[in-house]
Amino acid sequence: MREVWAVAGKDLRIEMRSKVVASQVLPFAVIVLVLFGLALDADRGTLRSFTPGLFWVTVLFVAILTIQRSVSIETASSAFEALRLSGTAGWKIFAGKALAVAAQLLAIEAVMLLGVVVLYRSSFEDPVLVVTAALAATMAIATAGSLYGVLAVGMGVRDTILPMLLLPILAPVLVAATRAFDDGLSTAAVNGWAWCSLLACFALLYAIVGGVAYAVVLEDA
Amino acid sequence: MATTTAPPEKPVKVVEPGSGTGSRTTRLLGLACLVGVAVLMVFAFALTEADLVQQDVVRMIYIHVPSAIAGYTGFVITAIASVMVLWKKSMWWDIVAVAGAEIGLLFTGLMLATGVIWGRPTWNTWWEWGDVRLMTALMLFLVYVGYLAYRRVVPSADVRARRSAIIALVGVINVPIVNRSVEWWASRTLHQQSSLSDGKLEDLTLFTLAMGFVVFAMVFAWMLIHRFRIGWLELQADTVGLQAAMAERRAQMEADIDDAVAHPGVSEPIEGGSA
Repeated sequence: MREVWAVAGKDLRIEMRSKVVASQVLPFAVIVLVLFGLALDADRGTLRSFTPGLFWVTVLFVAILTIQRSVSIETASSAFEALRLSGTAGWKIFAGKALAVAAQLLAIEAVMLLGVVVLYRSSFEDPVLVVTAALAATMAIATAGSLYGVLAVGMGVRDTILPMLLLPILAPVLVAATRAFDDGLSTAAVNGWAWCSLLACFALLYAIVGGVAYAVVLEDA
Repeated sequence: MATTTAPPEKPVKVVEPGSGTGSRTTRLLGLACLVGVAVLMVFAFALTEADLVQQDVVRMIYIHVPSAIAGYTGFVITAIASVMVLWKKSMWWDIVAVAGAEIGLLFTGLMLATGVIWGRPTWNTWWEWGDVRLMTALMLFLVYVGYLAYRRVVPSADVRARRSAIIALVGVINVPIVNRSVEWWASRTLHQQSSLSDGKLEDLTLFTLAMGFVVFAMVFAWMLIHRFRIGWLELQADTVGLQAAMAERRAQMEADIDDAVAHPGVSEPIEGGSA
């Protein structure tokens, strides 16, 4: 596990120093939330009832940027080659990269949750469910994104092909996370914990596939 | 069988121009497909009865259901071939994978189109956003659109084969989700349960549907064979081109060496050098 934390720590230290996610991706998330408010004509009732969907669509947009950033810090100085030569197992590199992406996404989601409370006047009826769903959905997004991010390495069209590959795969996560938040924010009468279980299944599935496949993809990165 | 690790050393057999991808067997299979489709249309539109509730719209089932099965089959073939690509490092299996995906996508598109057309008179809507079967099927379609788009942007055949195999293996997870969605989320779909398992189909309807499966299987096989042969010819053309380029380079080097031996002491000035 030491190597996993080392890879995750490296990515997070780079982010702490460069502040790209904090200074560019986080403001982007807030801008999208504000734009949704403008597009829906400041109708608070509509905004409140659609908060779960708007929140998770924004998270998916933000995730694309965060994953691209996670990959670009490795490709910019041929760091993938150094990772390969370090002898660290592929699944450990994958786990470290996914944990770093998840940590950054969770930090952004915390600010976004504050944003929807202030901007959309949403309220948390079941905070435990909201936090659990956010954790499970973020792990699913981070694991699938870390695998697909490295699949897009070495191509001139990386920025456009990554969303095309990743978003359909994450569509079930979007649906399940939205339904779980519907329950947590009391915007619809659904069983949020059942959807939360589905999110956990997707997170586990993508983590297993990513852990197995990452070494194969890393050979070509 | 070529491998992904190196191009074949021995010259490959070059297919004569105009010979195409057909053979006696595939022409017979193609003819059987044409006859089969014609007979299926007669049964579907003339011999079977209209449904009491759905009227003539029910005839769409003879295309819609076999299309769905053919689409799933294509994606499962792609997944199996992708496992073989990663295991055997074989370009042969990579061609099977792309053939399965393209044909699977075609039939899934047909399934979506016939489903939309069927939905309008039956459910009074072309598309229902909350319907889990429709949404999962559309996502399955988009996953394989992404798979094929990805294959077009990776220049190296070896890398393309390995990476797209992983995308196919992740994508095939969606097939059982689409297929089982009407049972798993029965309250969130307008779609009926499995047409075969509910036991409500009459004998002639069931026979025509079974005929639809057979005819679509034949059409699927015919397309798969031809698409595979096209892929194989493309691989041969690339290999022949590579061999020609290597031979040209080798001849140039030999000519340079002969020239250097014939004119010792005469060398071209080094570009940008001081000597």
